[in-house]
Amino acid sequence: MAVTNQLGIDLEKYKWGFREPENYVFKARRGLDARVVAEISAMKDESDWMRAYRLHAYEHYTQRPMPTWGADLASIDFDNIFYYIKPTDKQANSWEELPAEIKRTYDKLGIPEAERKFLSGVSAQYESEVVYHNLKAEWEKLGVIFVDTDTALREHPDLVRQYFGTVVPPEDNKLAALNSAVWSGGSFVYVPEGVHVDIPLQAYFRINAQNMGQFERTLIICEPGSYVHYVEGCTAPIYTTDSLHTAVVEIIVKEGARCRYTTIQNWSTNVYNLVTKRAVAYRDATMEWIDGNLGSKITMKYPSVYMVEPGAKAEILSVAFAGKGQHQDPGGKVIHAAPHTQSVIVSKSISRDGGRAGYRGLVKIYEGAKGSRSAVRCDALILDDRSRSDTYPTMEIDEEDVSITHEATVSKVSDEQLFYLMSRGVKADEAMNMIVRGFVEPIVKELPLEYAVELNRLIELEMEGSVG
Amino acid sequence: MADLEIKDLTVQVEDKVILKGANLAISKGEIHALMGPNGSGKSTLANVLMGNPFYQVVRGEVLYKGEDLLAMAPDERARRGLFIAFQYPVSIPGVTMASFLRTAMSARRGYDKELMPVGEFQKLLRQKLEDLRIEPAIVSRYVNEGFSGGEKKRAEILQMALLEPEIAIMDETDSGLDIDSVKVVADGVTRMFEQAAGNMGILVITHYSRILQFIKPSFVHVMFDGRFVVSGGPDLAEELEGAGYEGIKAQFEVVAAEVAHDGAVRRAGKVFWVAH
Repeated sequence: MAVTNQLGIDLEKYKWGFREPENYVFKARRGLDARVVAEISAMKDESDWMRAYRLHAYEHYTQRPMPTWGADLASIDFDNIFYYIKPTDKQANSWEELPAEIKRTYDKLGIPEAERKFLSGVSAQYESEVVYHNLKAEWEKLGVIFVDTDTALREHPDLVRQYFGTVVPPEDNKLAALNSAVWSGGSFVYVPEGVHVDIPLQAYFRINAQNMGQFERTLIICEPGSYVHYVEGCTAPIYTTDSLHTAVVEIIVKEGARCRYTTIQNWSTNVYNLVTKRAVAYRDATMEWIDGNLGSKITMKYPSVYMVEPGAKAEILSVAFAGKGQHQDPGGKVIHAAPHTQSVIVSKSISRDGGRAGYRGLVKIYEGAKGSRSAVRCDALILDDRSRSDTYPTMEIDEEDVSITHEATVSKVSDEQLFYLMSRGVKADEAMNMIVRGFVEPIVKELPLEYAVELNRLIELEMEGSVG
Repeated sequence: MADLEIKDLTVQVEDKVILKGANLAISKGEIHALMGPNGSGKSTLANVLMGNPFYQVVRGEVLYKGEDLLAMAPDERARRGLFIAFQYPVSIPGVTMASFLRTAMSARRGYDKELMPVGEFQKLLRQKLEDLRIEPAIVSRYVNEGFSGGEKKRAEILQMALLEPEIAIMDETDSGLDIDSVKVVADGVTRMFEQAAGNMGILVITHYSRILQFIKPSFVHVMFDGRFVVSGGPDLAEELEGAGYEGIKAQFEVVAAEVAHDGAVRRAGKVFWVAH
């Protein structure tokens, strides 16, 4: 029997739309003022500088207008949001210690299995706190730190203070200011000089309370010559009222280091997903963002790389899928602020059933960034006449000795392609799926296997009913 | 009753009538050749038989094993054993030949939710690649993407070999192939036909008689102006080779045909996907 929620969405069909009863130790009240910000800081027993930082960010948040370009954010009710919820008193260090219902949630997400197969460390976010955390001993021996950001603030205060907010300051934009004021959880990763972390660090994120904003804060520091691949996969349950996800991710990639950051997000379709992700790449460093955006009501996310020293490289690959009532506004920004820097942006967007997806990007090359190269490619696939794709590529080029290419395509699934596949016995819906999977393949093949499988499955889920 | 019976088939595309009452019967165990000048409607016939929604059937019927073929979706036709080797196969970016072939074979073999076992698939695939002298590397490339003309044609015949159709239509498979390739393809098809032991019928559509030196048809038909105007044995192909189509053109007139605008128009295949 189909279980239907108030939105009329079949919960059984939406496999990851399950919910567990709420069982919280502490629940903050709705809405935000300076007292709530101070309370959050006090709850966490933070040092003075962080409390001051939060309050300063809050001040800026109140004065800063909402961005008016891009997606329509007018319907977010900021007064109706919980800005902090603490799920359990303390963090669990092992699977056994986790509360049963949180465990069940993760069972459904397949974390234990993933861990057996693949993981060396899991930092899973349930509500605003990281409750489950497991880091392999050998990484600790290498000096790698992979903890939630609250723990990092307690255990590595100097490291955090040195880098926190240096890439995305509170004054960057209104939503970054909001995150800076009320942030909770997120991951802190520190990779010492020359250390290669061979197995991806993975974190699962999950929102599970109505009207609860999720404001995680992630900080990754790659010392010279190091390598790390950080992977976050997000699935969210279905809710009846709007939810907000406003994260900030800061990454510092030092000389000769390489960092890859992979995201697969599948927020339920009422979530506003407004994320600021930015990296700074130093001499000969490489930063790679791989970003898969499914679900959510609105996603605005433009992973950025500031290439500030010669030889730095940036790669931004993104996939967005917008279905009914969804607006995906993803993209990327590359800032060439030094000679011989290179960037590649590949964006693939799919829209169907009235959805709106596209690409918004910036290529900025400063005068003096001689010999820099940038290649942008954005492809849009529109599955029906009701859907829409927008492309907003911005180029600000102040240096002549550079090489820049930009390619954009907008295509529809052609009847010829569907007919061809069907003429081989493939059913119409599977034929459509094959074409869409093929369209995103250049991005999917960059993902770790289990995420590639998951992304393909999520796309299939999104595609249900696309063929009449 | 023949396995495939085409009766009075009349087909239009937008404002042009292309087939004007075509009649043909093909059974398993037979090889038919269909010849004719450019524009006579040969490819249209092939596409209509497979259910290409671009074409509108305005009159006539097609029976496949006694059932109404035109009522079936293209995928159903394929699963029931109808196959067309396209003249201009489209590319599917990002989808590998291997994954496409396994999906298609699984569908043809009646797997519904899952795919056929990978070991069994790969064994068959290796065998057919060898038979048709196709570079194995082709299976990791994307479907038809960046294929040369010859590679596309061979890939179509590879699909034919794997899907083991009961009625196969080859739409100008020989055009664009050099003589060596024509021979490889023709030998492969002949082998398939022999191995099928009476369970496969083939319609070879061609502009030239060249391929018919290697694939020996029992029946040769000539199409002109959307109709079958002459039918005969293998000799007919040789006559045409000598005389060309000029004789045919002189002998038959182009007939006037009125485009149907009423509701009687029937699509070749139902529209099975979302309307654009």
